[in-house]
Amino acid sequence: MIDRNTSVTEDELHVYVDGELPADRRQAVETWLANHPDDAARVAAWRAQAESIRARYGATIHESVPDHLILSRIMRSRRSWGTVAAAAALVAFVIGGVAGWMARGASAAAPSAVALFTTDAIEAHKLYIGEVRHPIEVKAEEDHLLPWLSRRVGTTLRAPDLGAFGLKLLGGRLLPGVSGPAALFMYEGPSGERFTIYCSRLDASRTAFRYDGSDNFGAVHWIEGRYGWVVSGPKDKDKLKAVASAAYDQLEKRTPPPSQGAAGQLMSRRGS
Amino acid sequence: MSSFHHDIEAAIPALRRYGRALTRDAETADDLVQDTLVRALRSEHLFHGGDVRSWLYTILTNLNRNRLRSLARRPMLTPIEDNDAPSAGPEAGGRDIERALALLVDEQRTALLLVVLEGLTYREVAEVQGVPIGTVMSRLARARVQIKTYLDGERPALRRIK
Repeated sequence: MIDRNTSVTEDELHVYVDGELPADRRQAVETWLANHPDDAARVAAWRAQAESIRARYGATIHESVPDHLILSRIMRSRRSWGTVAAAAALVAFVIGGVAGWMARGASAAAPSAVALFTTDAIEAHKLYIGEVRHPIEVKAEEDHLLPWLSRRVGTTLRAPDLGAFGLKLLGGRLLPGVSGPAALFMYEGPSGERFTIYCSRLDASRTAFRYDGSDNFGAVHWIEGRYGWVVSGPKDKDKLKAVASAAYDQLEKRTPPPSQGAAGQLMSRRGS
Repeated sequence: MSSFHHDIEAAIPALRRYGRALTRDAETADDLVQDTLVRALRSEHLFHGGDVRSWLYTILTNLNRNRLRSLARRPMLTPIEDNDAPSAGPEAGGRDIERALALLVDEQRTALLLVVLEGLTYREVAEVQGVPIGTVMSRLARARVQIKTYLDGERPALRRIK
């Protein structure tokens, strides 16, 4: 009996440090520590670790909560997202302040930066469309998808509704880009084909639509208002151009998307 | 505001603290907290009593695990925790523990922070992590050994003075 009371396991030392030791074992542990300097040193080290962690992060609790974490605001914005979605079928994103796409003949951008940019976009497209379970990082249903990507990419983003092409927005992810964070939105069609829209800051001259085709993929890109856009998908130039035009129209003119079906679908997803 | 919402609101500062220590990055932490709140509000109907705070810790813990997995799939992004400034001055001790935490496996870091920073009991941590208490204890033990090894080896000059 004396043995059982005086012998102390390592588990018990942790329990002791964390204040969960039953009162009737406390004396036994303390006696043990008085006679076992190695264990006493370990206990002291664990306590010091905990102290450092609290010293390093404890003060966070006294900081004032930033606006975007105030609960009533989040509740309000959830409601307004629902409303906007219902009203306008806003699966879509628009870059704030995109000027007209009239500059079809504008001077070409420095080819290297743009080439890098489109290469990044196409690589991202190839990489992520192959993912079965994790094609995206944040689902379209997540309220914070667009606010988050907008904040990281540095402009107000929306995701075009491509329901008219049978393409449904799966969601998006954040990627490293040539000159800053890039947003990648992924869409999926009825037979599983995937399109992506890639956007990131790009300091290059405005361009009209440019088409790039590779073995199996094609991409249409344009640059507007210091942001570059790349729509990538299966190699079908006409369809890609049509998708890019629709995306552009929504981004630029902020027209409501054509498909009411998609609007309804969105509403029911966001509703509840 | 319902008491459910009050309980959530009251937990926000602690969630930020936990997130900050988990990610060692204020912005990432607040993103996680925001996601946690959005998710909690959306799942209100799934919450059938119990401790709101533990439930929020559970959501944040899971979101962080998802975040780490998605980072692991993106080799182009290097972790930010190697942002080395010269280790000196009053902040140096804080950076030590920060680096030590960064070295831990996520499950160990989570268990340790929930216990020592957030003051959860072993039983509560077991619920948050969805594992038996014994597993929580072995995670804690391994975390503490790792941190001690790191601190002892890395910075002999700054060994505890007391």
